[in-house]
Amino acid sequence: MAADDDIAFEPPYLFPDYRATVLRAPSQRLVRLPDEWFEKSAGPVFGRIPIRAADSDLTRQHAGEPLGERIVVGGQVLDSDGRPVPGAIVEVWQANSAGRYIDPADDHPAPIDPNFTGAGRCLTDEQGRYRFVTVKPGAYPWKNHLNAWRPAHIHFSVFGATIGSRLVTQMYFPGDPLLAMDPILQSIPDQRGRDLLIASFDIDSTVPIWALGYRWDIVLRGRNAVPRSDAE
Amino acid sequence: MNKPTPSQTVGPFFGFALPFEHDYEASAGRNSVRVEGTLTDGQGEPVPDGLIEIWSDDEFARCRTDEEGGFRFVIARPKGNSSGGEAPHLEVAVFARGLLRHLQTRMYFPDDDRSNAADPVLEAVEASRRGTLIAERDGAVLRFDIRLQGERETVFFAI
Repeated sequence: MAADDDIAFEPPYLFPDYRATVLRAPSQRLVRLPDEWFEKSAGPVFGRIPIRAADSDLTRQHAGEPLGERIVVGGQVLDSDGRPVPGAIVEVWQANSAGRYIDPADDHPAPIDPNFTGAGRCLTDEQGRYRFVTVKPGAYPWKNHLNAWRPAHIHFSVFGATIGSRLVTQMYFPGDPLLAMDPILQSIPDQRGRDLLIASFDIDSTVPIWALGYRWDIVLRGRNAVPRSDAE
Repeated sequence: MNKPTPSQTVGPFFGFALPFEHDYEASAGRNSVRVEGTLTDGQGEPVPDGLIEIWSDDEFARCRTDEEGGFRFVIARPKGNSSGGEAPHLEVAVFARGLLRHLQTRMYFPDDDRSNAADPVLEAVEASRRGTLIAERDGAVLRFDIRLQGERETVFFAI
């Protein structure tokens, strides 16, 4: 397996175009763990993080419905050996349709939506499928560089069967002109890697007269993708 | 083989979404330990927008860092029966704005000198850096600071 190829699909720790990496990326060489580490069970997390059925619909957490374009985001969680991952924990969070997070640390002068928090959780079903109902998040400015804007995105946190498959990432929307200018997405060296983070518009999961559908499959590292002891 | 989905930063705004009730207190048992530490950057400044996740043998805990970069855990002390002759330790993952991928480290226990000395993972680390993986006893608390970069940089693992 070509280690260089794998690296090109993952962002580096240090990527100066994304300024916050400069003082936070480790400068020393990373140390190799024994191969068995990558098989270590993530078991204790299951049942610890509370997940209710209602947590997968972000449009029904308040008295009224949030403003914005209602969407359904779904897909399958697979491992890199091609097997579905049932019972995976999927956590999502996002800005509202105006590009504002409910988080008190967000000072972007766009309106808060009293009917939208923007956080959800679910477990994947027996086929590894997940599904959230939400509204399309807005783009928002940030201070990384002059006139910097994050493309619309939904944050994902996924727990699969092993600690080694832990994934935190972001899902983007197709056709967004901001994608090409976003240092966080562009930190992934290979275009094919960046493309893995962009959902597809999906007419099949679009619900007539109700919500647009987006499909985004998530691949967690399986046995065949574990870094090898002999790869340096 | 399908390529794994690439990682992206947790960003600064996860605080309303990822924490949950009692997230940092995994254990109330007699065998639990209290761990406290600070997450700092390459200039020694606190990282107030970090998230730490810890696995013991049978327990998981999560803690968002506070304004001073501080985090804390109450979690069962691992029994130390892991394969490969490894000494008891906690698996620690670090997420933050500015970390495009999370970082993985370990916390070993300060009173396990003999098993720590025989631990193959500690042995693979340069002796001068090994101490960054071992907590310090501070009364009833185990102190485990995580330094992302620079002086006494914590040892992180390739994941």
